[in-house]
Amino acid sequence: MRQSRREFLKTVARGTIASALPLSAFKFLSPAEVRAATEVGKGDVRWGFLVDTYKCVGCGFCVKACKLENEVPYDTPVTRTWVERYVVLKNGRVLADTPDGARDGFIDPKVQEEEIKPEEISKAFFVPKLCNQCENPPCVQVCPVGATYQRADGVVLVDRSWCIGCGYCIMACPYGVRFFHPVYKVAEKCTFCIHRLVKGMNTACVDACPFGARKVGNLKDPNDPVTKVILTRRVAVLKPEYGTKPQVFYIGLDENVR
Amino acid sequence: MSSHVYRPLFVVLAVIALILLARSFVVPPDFGIGERGFMYGFHRKSNEKEWEAFKVKFKTRQYCKDCHPEKYENIMSSKHRIIQCENCHGVAIDHPENPPKLVINKERSLCLRCHSYLPYPTSQRGKLKGIDPEKHNPEMQCVMCHNPHKPDMEGW
Repeated sequence: MRQSRREFLKTVARGTIASALPLSAFKFLSPAEVRAATEVGKGDVRWGFLVDTYKCVGCGFCVKACKLENEVPYDTPVTRTWVERYVVLKNGRVLADTPDGARDGFIDPKVQEEEIKPEEISKAFFVPKLCNQCENPPCVQVCPVGATYQRADGVVLVDRSWCIGCGYCIMACPYGVRFFHPVYKVAEKCTFCIHRLVKGMNTACVDACPFGARKVGNLKDPNDPVTKVILTRRVAVLKPEYGTKPQVFYIGLDENVR
Repeated sequence: MSSHVYRPLFVVLAVIALILLARSFVVPPDFGIGERGFMYGFHRKSNEKEWEAFKVKFKTRQYCKDCHPEKYENIMSSKHRIIQCENCHGVAIDHPENPPKLVINKERSLCLRCHSYLPYPTSQRGKLKGIDPEKHNPEMQCVMCHNPHKPDMEGW
């Protein structure tokens, strides 16, 4: 290969400049990242939820209120939110149930028709569940028609006029919070009562809870009481190993809760 | 190349044009990538407003207190102040227009949601005053003896 002095010096100069560039200069940004970096001040709300399992008594008023507020057919075995009961026995056995999603609460001491002696119980507690409004919602990724989506404030919704009812999202949710709406024949899920939040109210389940076991707040506001608790107390999320980054935080979560 | 090669190509192009034309009619104009990017935000923007316009039915005690101040004061001075009116009286929706009368749930099972004793030491439930529904006056309504607005006192 023959090379003139001029060509050689040019190549050396180019190489030096190229090697001096940081790697980040070659990184491709997603449109969302660019928008997040440029549109400062936009999107100062991110709804999150806090559940205190010590306070929950399993009355099920949250489930009842949710079904009535959101027109979820009352007597069908589907619900946007539910409460689970866990009874851990001293011999290590774990019993769990949620009769009708705890719409009528827990009255019977029997768990799944099984009689339990009080002295056998090591620990027992109630765990309310609802949509985690994940930061990486797998249910949204799988939608083939763009009928389910995440708002800027983190709430995942279903467009009922656009959903074709294929059920992929119902299968994709690791928390099983989605179901098929028996009336509209589309995928249905907890909306965090977005129609109440935008009016400055709480969600129906939060309002109905007599014991303050459920709370909703803006995670981007450091002075929000919910955010303060999440930042200062020991909280956990459900199934963190899925990488979905759930935004429903639990106080007093147990390893037996699935 | 001869025309018998080009002809199917024109058919394909025509089909593509037809699909694009149909798409412009079927897909709403506000359909696009929202704030969360292509992966999470691909949607019809006006659907957000549709959900926000959903009707509020559970109005909370703030809605009740102006017309029923004596009932409100009554319950707020009792231990049951933590329970929303609508948990027992039914959701208000547009009361008094719709429904004109709320039906009070006087069933035993309503009280038993909290007051059926469950021996759960690590839950708040175990600390609530509770009964065994099969032994404590079965078949009787709790409100026959207990006033839910004055739970401290026995009887009315």
